[in-house]
Parts: sequence; structure tokens; C-alpha cells
Amino acid sequence: MVQTMTLIGGRSSKQGTSLCAGKLGAEYIQLTSTVEMNVEDMARLGLRNDSRVRLRTPTGEAILRCKGRETKDLPPGLLFMAYGPLSSQLMAGDTCASGMPISKNLDVEVEPVLEEGESKEG
Amino acid sequence: MGDEIRTVRDATCTFCGCVCDDMVLTVDVQNKRITKAENACILGKAWFREHAIEERPFALIGGREATTEEGVEEAAQILAGARFPIIYGLSDTTCEAQRVAVAIGDMIGGTVDTTTSVCHGPTGIAFQGVGESTASLGEIKNRADLIIFWGGNPAEAHPRLFTRYAVTPKGMYIPNGKKDRTIVLVDVRRTPSTPVADIFIQVKPRTDFEVLRALRALVKGRKVDPSIEQRTGVALAVLEDLVARMKSCRYGALLFGMGLTMNRGRHFNAGALLALATDLNEFTHFVAKPVRGHGNVTGADNVVSWQTGFPFGVNFSRGYPRFNPGEFTTVDVLARGDADAALIIASDPASNFPKAAIEHMKRIPVITLDPKATHTSQLARVAFTTATYGINVAGTVYRMDDVSLTLRPAFDSPYPSDEQVLSAIRDRVRTLLGGNRLPPVAPPAPPAAAAH
Repeated sequence: MVQTMTLIGGRSSKQGTSLCAGKLGAEYIQLTSTVEMNVEDMARLGLRNDSRVRLRTPTGEAILRCKGRETKDLPPGLLFMAYGPLSSQLMAGDTCASGMPISKNLDVEVEPVLEEGESKEG
Repeated sequence: MGDEIRTVRDATCTFCGCVCDDMVLTVDVQNKRITKAENACILGKAWFREHAIEERPFALIGGREATTEEGVEEAAQILAGARFPIIYGLSDTTCEAQRVAVAIGDMIGGTVDTTTSVCHGPTGIAFQGVGESTASLGEIKNRADLIIFWGGNPAEAHPRLFTRYAVTPKGMYIPNGKKDRTIVLVDVRRTPSTPVADIFIQVKPRTDFEVLRALRALVKGRKVDPSIEQRTGVALAVLEDLVARMKSCRYGALLFGMGLTMNRGRHFNAGALLALATDLNEFTHFVAKPVRGHGNVTGADNVVSWQTGFPFGVNFSRGYPRFNPGEFTTVDVLARGDADAALIIASDPASNFPKAAIEHMKRIPVITLDPKATHTSQLARVAFTTATYGINVAGTVYRMDDVSLTLRPAFDSPYPSDEQVLSAIRDRVRTLLGGNRLPPVAPPAPPAAAAH
């Protein structure tokens, strides 16, 4: 099942503290490889916390772990992820003559990625 | 912990644009590390804790360990031989280093751009079109009774903005702190900043411009159709209430983040907000300030502006500075494949630029200056290890409100500062080029034959 959602890139406290330790460190890599998703959207896509999910734009794609957020915190259809190497894979290089690439409110296709040994029916 | 403990008072944290200058640092001199940072927020504590001296090579050339001097020679040869080099970053280093970087760009006829282009660059463009009703953070602290945060999450990105300047502190005309202020937060989602707000306005993604234009219309007494709610998610009554508060406050401040600039509309969004602040000055005093991310990104704007007349995206290939976002900004120059060399100072574009720009960096010689290993230093031809500004290096930085501050370093580093490395590169490039590289002067065109 593939669904189109809106991805917001941004910063978080943990990302800020972990980048001080180094962007090549395990904590920073883990934080920038996680996407926050509305819990109702996750249920509809058959996802649980830490499930793998593929995000795709016309520019590229990235596979991340997902983390559920209640509707009061993140409305259905919205995603949030911290900027990092994986968010770069989804961003287009065209800046519309502004210098600024679009990194917030990107339309992305969201698709669950099966874990090893997991079937579509499962 | 070693025997020699030193206390540094009134030290400055350079993690974010708040540049808090009331740090009290406890320094383990023998082990060259900061063991305690009083007054620092969670981000500042991590900044000071994680910048001890690491055992790293002074330079890497093609992955091989080298001295700083060998790195300088290799970097100078690359820059002197490049036809369309770009210099980028600069927001996490001192103004003194920024000044030398601009001089190198001028000398080699290159492009100088800063992280502003992917931060509040659109705001800079909007300033030129609309103007800026500005204020210092001190003025906002002492006077503002209505503060509107728009498209930002200070609780996570600038924690002390709330406690030092804009929400809880008592001010000269705000004697009761938060009780005397109304705090409004406008965003597309709830964040850890939301509980601070008295009023939270949740807009639909990509509709900030429409909401801002509707507010401007209401401020000017025009009618707005109730269908605005369907488009933006914000009821007309909510907008009318906000306009009434804005017009009746004694001193209002709009503090806006990259929810406006990194979004569809970019400089149009920022321009609409700046124009709203200007409009409100017909009724009361209102200011607007961008909330800036890196510790000295505002310094980068100031230094590049006073050296070239433009804040970012400046090209010297014709022997004089030209400013053109989209043409001379780094994402564009890299994604188009134009640059044939890059000097990256205190920044890590390989970790957050669009894919096409990162791919091009892998094809050209890149030079990096950074205290830590980064994604960009990993792909660099020459990677210098430098000392950390504010912790090991003295100098000048600018707070997000354009107030300049002096750094008080805590302990020495064995590594050179960015300014020292850049100065050495500048001197060597000057020798290689024999001065500034001026563009070839075309011979005058022959006079056109007279028509008969």
C-alpha cells in the first residue's frame, strides 16, 4: 500500500545535542533515520513503532524507521523527520532561482518495507 | 579530573544564534575539557561537553595524514588553479575568519556564499524588497507585550530565547514577565514550543502566505471571506481576534523561523510577514526578526555585506561583486555542476544539501575546515582540523539581532584557528597568482562600418 503524505523536515533537541558529539556517531545517524508519523496513518499502513518505511519523491528515496505520534501532536497525513543524510536523498536541487531548496512540506509517497521473514499478509 | 581547575565567567555559547554570553564555565585545564557550563541550555551543555580536544590529524590530503602546512599548499594549488571555485559555510566561525574567506574569494574570482542561503536567505531577499522593522532582543525583552512566533520551534532549537528574551523574563516595561505578555505561536504542527503559547494557531501546510495576506487585509480594514478557513485551516474569527490583539498591543514582535523560508513561497512568505509588521506601525509599534540558527550566521551576513555590499551568494568572477540568488548560491552552483572546486568552512553541506549537490561535491576537489570529522570532510581532498571558536578561539560573533559580542575562550587547542589556516591559504594563493586574478579584458570592438 502506497500513500502520499506531506513531509516536514526540521530540527530537534536530541539531534542538536547528538551533532555536538559528531554527525558520524550512532545516535545522530539513528535520529536522522527516523520519521515521525501519525498513529492512525501507521495503523492504516500496518506499521508499528520501529517498522521500516520507504519515502519516495521524484528526486529519490530513503528507508527509515517510523515512530508514532498522537493526532493532537501530528495530524494525519503529516510526517516529520530531522534533517540529515536521508532527508537529502528526497530534496530536489532546483531552488526556483532563490538559493533555497524546498525541505519542508514535501509531497512524499509512503510505503511499508517488509522486514526479513515478514509476509505482506502478516 | 586534573588538579588545575579554572573558571571562565561571562563566556559565550556559540551553538545557536542566541549567542548567550552569560556562561560560567568550569575548565579542567590539564585534560582540556569543560566539566560544567552554568546557565547553558541543553544544547549549550552538549556543545561545551563535546568539544574537548580530540586526537585527529592536523590535515588529511586524499585520506593521507599531513601537516597543516602541507594542507595549505595543496589547498592553495587547488584554489589558484580553479576556474569557478566556491567558498561556502562560515556560520560557525569568527568574523575575523569570515573576513579572510571573503578576501580569498575576491582574489581567486570565485563565489562566496554562506549557510544563510539555505536558512534565512529568502528573508534576506525579502529585506531588500520590503525592508525590516527591527529591534534588538533586549528591546523585545524590555518592551514587547505581544510576541508571535511563526514557523519555528524555539523550545528545541533556541531554548533560551524563551527564558532570556521573549517569554518569561521580566523587562523594564514588562515587570511581571510572562503575565504581562501574550504569546502566540503559529505552526503547522504542535511542537514542544506549543505549551508556552497562550494562543496556538495551526495552519495547513503551504498556506502561511495566504494567512499572512489575510491578516494584512484585516489590519487595513478590508473584508476577508470566511472560506479562508477551508483553505488555511484557520477560522476568520481567529484571524480577527489576532488582528485586534496586534493593533491594540503596546509593542508587538514577530519572531519567525524557517517554516516560512524553507517552504513553498520562500521570500514571498517572509516578505508578507515583514510587510505585516510594517503595516501595523500605523497603529502601534511592531517589529519583526528572523530567528537565526548557527552561532555566527548573523556575523556572516554582516561581514559579507560590509565587504561586498551583499549578504550571501556573491560572485567575483568579473572582478567586482555581483549578487544573484539562484545563480551564485551554493545549492545551485553545485547541483548544476558549475563549481570546479569548493572551500567549505565550518559547515557540513554533504549532510543536508540536496542529493544532486552532494553528488557534484564528490566529483570536484573539496577543502574543509572543521574541528570534527563530518560527511563533507570524508569526501574532501583536503580536510583541516581546526580549533573550535568560542571554546579555543577568541574573536567576534554577532547575535541574531546584529549585536556583536566578544568571545572568551576556555582553553587552548593544539590545532590552528580557521582564521590562521585561511590566512595561510590566502597568502599562498596570492603568491601563486601574483595578486588578484582579474578577468581577461576583451579588446575594444572595432567601430561598426557606417551604413550607406
